[in-house]
Amino acid sequence: MSVRHALLALLSEGPKYGLQLRTEFEDRTGEVWPLNVGQVYQTLQRLERDGLVTSDDDDGVDGGPQKGFRITGAGRDELDAWLRTPAIDVAPPRDELVIKVLVALRLPGVDLAEVVQVHRRHLVELMQQYTRLKEDASPDDVSLGLVADAELFRLDAVVRWLDAAEARARQAPPGEPAPVTSRPRLPRRIGAGR
Amino acid sequence: MSALDVRAVTKTYGEGTTAVHALVDVDLTVEPGEFVAVMGPSGSGKSTLLTIAGSLEEPTSGSVRVGGRDLAALGRRGRERLRRREVGYVFQDFNLLAGLSAAENVALPLELDGVPAGRAAATARAALDDLGLAEGLDRFPDELSGGERQRVAIARAVVGERRLLLADEPTGALDSANGEGVMRLIRAVGARGVATVVATHDAQLAAWADRVVFLRDGRMVDRTGARPDPATLLGTGTEA
Repeated sequence: MSVRHALLALLSEGPKYGLQLRTEFEDRTGEVWPLNVGQVYQTLQRLERDGLVTSDDDDGVDGGPQKGFRITGAGRDELDAWLRTPAIDVAPPRDELVIKVLVALRLPGVDLAEVVQVHRRHLVELMQQYTRLKEDASPDDVSLGLVADAELFRLDAVVRWLDAAEARARQAPPGEPAPVTSRPRLPRRIGAGR
Repeated sequence: MSALDVRAVTKTYGEGTTAVHALVDVDLTVEPGEFVAVMGPSGSGKSTLLTIAGSLEEPTSGSVRVGGRDLAALGRRGRERLRRREVGYVFQDFNLLAGLSAAENVALPLELDGVPAGRAAATARAALDDLGLAEGLDRFPDELSGGERQRVAIARAVVGERRLLLADEPTGALDSANGEGVMRLIRAVGARGVATVVATHDAQLAAWADRVVFLRDGRMVDRTGARPDPATLLGTGTEA
């Protein structure tokens, strides 16, 4: 996730101090993504170097530990462009769970359904935690609800993939899996991973 | 005393080579106020488990106790009384009678059980009010949204002294916001001491439960631990 753009977004509301930026960032993400102070200052330095923010130092004021930061015109342009940039790449990431299930499918003596269930249970337990986080949150805390929902939909998609994988493996004719060479090849770009 | 105690329940339809084993040696105990989700694909036996737990169907073998009473020992009349007074059912749809208002729908099970109309109506309104459903009491089902209809159905299922709520895919075709409203209501019902069993294939729904048990081909294959503490999620997120 882009700390750089999150900080620009906070500064677009008005000038702020470094520590204040860290607190506000954590508040708005429901404290699910913690930030350390070092990360905040390092990112601010780079933003300043790139002309996207200015600080009290640039104005000849010695702010000391309470140094204030402001977004520049270039910073606003950068933020605006980022909001509209698609965040999902075309090439799928090399997903470890997909690889585990593919291996379980071919490995002799391994019960695919049992392997799938271990992962399903783990995912559902995580989903129980995020659901409870959402349930316990104040109805006013829209940020926390949104972050919890994002995780719930993502985890749900993985559970559904496991369900589909198990069903697909069941429907496959019994016996040895077909040799790999007979499989149609994926287009190189999609199969390339990262 | 457990609200529901299912022991070694097996349900077989048909005989010999054509026999279908819908449930095989299933155990499930639910305490008062506890919310358990039964998760599995269609055909896994979860609906059969609910109908047997609610005495709508009898097991081939094994025992079912509701509120400590053995269903087999109750006899037909006893089971009928138990179904009317102590167990509430919610299904995916077709829950409400179209010719009755929301409040009348909720009062119906009480009236069927012999409660005088005036008292049944007052109890129904109190139940709806208690669950935050005071608005729209006099509207008819076709004047309610899908989410509102299902929340009224849940109020009806737990009106009076019902201690066990059995729900089969209760959020059916609802969108996620309405589905969440239904699940929040089920948790509110649980906080009043009602034990709940929800059958679903949907992990987002099951995640509202205190415990999730997994059915495959009629067998209970796995279960989650007690409802985990969300505090462990905070401060462990992905850094930058």
